Amino acid sequence: MSAINREQVAHLAELARIEMTDEELARVAGELELIVSSVASVSEAAGPDVPATSHPLPLQNVFRDDVVGETLTQEEALLNAPDGQDGKFRVPAILDGE
Amino acid sequence: MSESIIELSAAELAAKLASGEVASVDAVQAHLDHIEATDGTALDAQDRSRGTDGLNAFLHRNTEEALRVAREVDEARANGEELPELAGVPVAVKDLIVTKGQPTTAASRMLEGFMSPYDGTVTRKLRAARMPILGKTNLDEFAMGSSTEHSAFGPTRNPWDLTKIPGGSGGGSAAAVSAFQTPLALGTDTGGSIRQPAAVTGTVGVKPTYGSVSRYGVIAMASSLDQVGPCSRTVLDAALLHEVVGGHDPADSTSLPDPVGGYAQAARTGAADGGLKGLRVGVVKQLTGDGFQAGVQQRFEESLELLRRAGAEIVEVETPNFEYALGAYYLIMSSEVSSNLAKYDGVRFGLRVTPEGTPTIEKVMGASRAAGFGDEVKRRIILGTYALSAGYYDAYYGSAQQVRTLVQRDFAAAFEKADVLISPTAPTTAFDIGGVDESADPMQMYLNDIATIPTNLAGIPALSLPGGLAPEDGLPVGIQFMAPAREDARVYRAGAGLERLLAEKWGGPLWQHRGDVAGTVHDFAATAAQGGK
Repeated sequence: MSAINREQVAHLAELARIEMTDEELARVAGELELIVSSVASVSEAAGPDVPATSHPLPLQNVFRDDVVGETLTQEEALLNAPDGQDGKFRVPAILDGE
Repeated sequence: MSESIIELSAAELAAKLASGEVASVDAVQAHLDHIEATDGTALDAQDRSRGTDGLNAFLHRNTEEALRVAREVDEARANGEELPELAGVPVAVKDLIVTKGQPTTAASRMLEGFMSPYDGTVTRKLRAARMPILGKTNLDEFAMGSSTEHSAFGPTRNPWDLTKIPGGSGGGSAAAVSAFQTPLALGTDTGGSIRQPAAVTGTVGVKPTYGSVSRYGVIAMASSLDQVGPCSRTVLDAALLHEVVGGHDPADSTSLPDPVGGYAQAARTGAADGGLKGLRVGVVKQLTGDGFQAGVQQRFEESLELLRRAGAEIVEVETPNFEYALGAYYLIMSSEVSSNLAKYDGVRFGLRVTPEGTPTIEKVMGASRAAGFGDEVKRRIILGTYALSAGYYDAYYGSAQQVRTLVQRDFAAAFEKADVLISPTAPTTAFDIGGVDESADPMQMYLNDIATIPTNLAGIPALSLPGGLAPEDGLPVGIQFMAPAREDARVYRAGAGLERLLAEKWGGPLWQHRGDVAGTVHDFAATAAQGGK
């Protein structure tokens, strides 16, 4: 496993949409390096014949009956919105330069 | 110490309410008064992150509504109405579970001021059971931590020693129960967040079988691991609360269809004479010895001896793959965290920070998440993003899921030999607030969950109960029972059985060895006078 550097963390932070200062990037790179080296042994635990488990208990997905139920009103749904207008969530420009 | 309302167990209080000896409104008022006396006042009125000079177990007190519900229960009882068993018994709710009419923050700046427009299913069930909700309890931000130090609103303190952590993430619920602020509380357990706080505060905590209690309206941390469960001072009380909140919920697609129940009955059976006779108890060899504090080990062995003398059959079981469990857990958990927390982007709810100028939405998201999340949450999101990245996915997330299979196989083999498994709940007693430098070694904090994590990976039920005090520091030690999936009744039977044996040995419940409640209150004032911590 290669060492985790600042540039990698910067990329991850961009993917995760978390702005980080240079200082933070350097610190998290060091922490991540420690964590990843501590957990790296999991990749040696199982052979290829061991199936992966994504869910603790076997369950089939089910769909509810197609009946009208209680839902939030538009007003309730917007109750905690940082910004709203005409019953909708209001956000800044979605595309760069527009 | 004279017996006061707040020292009653939930079962005892329920009986006194039913007989009319005590009114619910008096019980609720007594608990609210005690919260007022022990939870402290803000150290800095402008900066909530410093917490209070007291326990700081509650982030929100639901005074008016709790008293109103209590009055309604008293009236209903006076009118001869048939009421649920715990009607009028107060309860606290971890601030990760949404409650209509009260704020829900997940102890994060991201959700400061958030008011849920709906109730979580477990909240709804508490209301249906007519239990007054005293308020919302503190936790590590978004339930990420083992000490409650990661709360954006200051740490909760341990009632046994105010300079110590109360465990985490559910330190608020455990401390509140331990300090008699409430007889019951709800917690959530993703890797030990109900059980490890129970262990270090000398209380009882149960992580039910995955899917047996609804997660609808519980702020998701790691969806394949999260489970809601009860916190209490007695095993029977935990069973009673579990019966109130458990059961199938069409609103949670991972909810088990099985009926729940029989837990209180199992607890009573376990506590009865001969209740442990013939029970096969498997000692998990991998969860003892190295890395476990001497006093923890000593109390654990003492419990084994008591069980043996009561007619339980003690066997040793091997779980060789547990050595990979912690690593697998941190990869799976952080991966699910990175996905679940993507919704906090400042668009539909939560904090929005708009940088100067005319920023794009991506800039707004980046700034909002930078300001809204604390260091530990960011660390886990970044780790999860890494584990799920192209090129690393198979080595990390894929391998971790395979380890999950191996851990399940270990449990299956162990349960061939034993009805329940036993281990210490946490490797150490409560440590100092601020005592772990996580930036220097983040793994050190994670090691607190070494004995609790395997059950989350396998989805099986587990219970922690007080096993006594470690001789070296006088702080509580937790004993953990584990059972196969859907066999939650077994942990209640074994837990109540051992609880009775220990109470006989101590001459009463463990908390009697902490000195009286008033003395503890006095200590709060003394600590505050020294500037707190």
